[in-house]
Amino acid sequence: MRRLLTPLIAPDPDVLDSPLGLHPSVALRPEPFGALAYHYDNRRLVFLKHPSIVDVVRSLSDHPDLRTALEANGIASEQWDAYDRAITSLIESEVVIAR
Amino acid sequence: MTRLVEQMKSGLDAPICITWELTYACNLACVHCLSSSGRRDPRELSTAEAFGVIDELRSMQVFYVNIGGGEPMIRRDFFDIVDYATGSGVGVKFSTNGTFIDAARAKQLASMEYLDIQISIDGADEVTNDRVRGAGSFATARRAMEHLAAADFGEFKISVVITRDNVTQLDDLLALADGLGAQLRLTRLRPSGRGTDTWHELHPTLDQQRDLHRWLLAHGERVLTGDSFFHLNALGESLPGLNMCGAGRVVCLIDPVGDVYACPFVIHDEFLAGNVRDEGGFTRVWRSSDLFADLRGPQSAGACASCGAWDACQGGCMAAKFFTGLPLDGPDPECVGGDGEDALAAVTSVPRPSADHSSPQPVQVVLGQR
Repeated sequence: MRRLLTPLIAPDPDVLDSPLGLHPSVALRPEPFGALAYHYDNRRLVFLKHPSIVDVVRSLSDHPDLRTALEANGIASEQWDAYDRAITSLIESEVVIAR
Repeated sequence: MTRLVEQMKSGLDAPICITWELTYACNLACVHCLSSSGRRDPRELSTAEAFGVIDELRSMQVFYVNIGGGEPMIRRDFFDIVDYATGSGVGVKFSTNGTFIDAARAKQLASMEYLDIQISIDGADEVTNDRVRGAGSFATARRAMEHLAAADFGEFKISVVITRDNVTQLDDLLALADGLGAQLRLTRLRPSGRGTDTWHELHPTLDQQRDLHRWLLAHGERVLTGDSFFHLNALGESLPGLNMCGAGRVVCLIDPVGDVYACPFVIHDEFLAGNVRDEGGFTRVWRSSDLFADLRGPQSAGACASCGAWDACQGGCMAAKFFTGLPLDGPDPECVGGDGEDALAAVTSVPRPSADHSSPQPVQVVLGQR
């Protein structure tokens, strides 16, 4: 069932322009280093290793795409590549999904 | 990763996962039982108290608990407790010997959400398994696994404690799991509980540990280990996982009477942090106990400080050292550099587990008669 989500995401070469959101089965628990994300469907635990990535992830659904979410969170554009990679990895672990 | 591991070592606001032994009652009498289970303790938590613990776990955002025992399904309120947890968003993985899983129970379990099951066996065949877990226990577990597979439960776990006898059966165990659509989970034998008396004969030899390390490197992606074998990292290439002792930092144990210990393998007064019945409950124990504060502080490498492998193995397992009478700041008894064997030779006295719930003799249980 969850595998069906992958084709929606994988062909999109530019994560920055994608409308994204937190997977509805994922819970975020704040921690000093960032957050723990727990996926209730696949029971996987994922570490969000910086507080600002947590802010970005939480705000994804409030914005039309990742780029806008990064701007809204005051992330400098030279850091966007790093955020692109981090979010891509969260998409792979199904913490973040296309909406 | 290093910064993250450092953060974990200094402790989290709530555990990542908790082991919760629901009862000391058990119909088996496995020779390595880490909680010396057999007879129920009259002071075990009531249903209402168990619900109270779950309320705390939910508000701390503990995502899941590993429920065990004893045999947890012996508790008459077992399903009430599981339902209450999963209904609260606290996922459950429970360990069982399979005695109480018949076709109907398997169907019921398959219909439940946020639930995972771990069936324990300690060998790929009846002879090897039953030597540790008792006569008939392999057949019982096998039947439970077949019921789960037939009920389309999905990928349940088969949990194996690695011993000198079954470490040669890793391929067979993996094949057994594959054949049932299950995932194999391997954990390390600790000298805890009744294991205090049997560890010396049962733990894998040094050569076997090398074979195990190679096997885990080759199959690690498909096999769960609960980060059990990080002491093997001193052999070279690191196994997947956090490579740290999580006791009191990211994990802990709640025992059937509500006592909170640093980990499931150290049921001893020295590692008792408090009780969930105390003022402030589990939350306060986790966040404020002196013991946990100590475990989250910097740990000395002690006698291992001059060893080049310490970064890789972190000195191994606290419980393994404690119950073999070794100092906590020295080598693990199964140190792959061989230092543990030398240290063990010098041990004169060994701590005993704080309590023994063993039955006078194993109870014969027939399914449907509880």
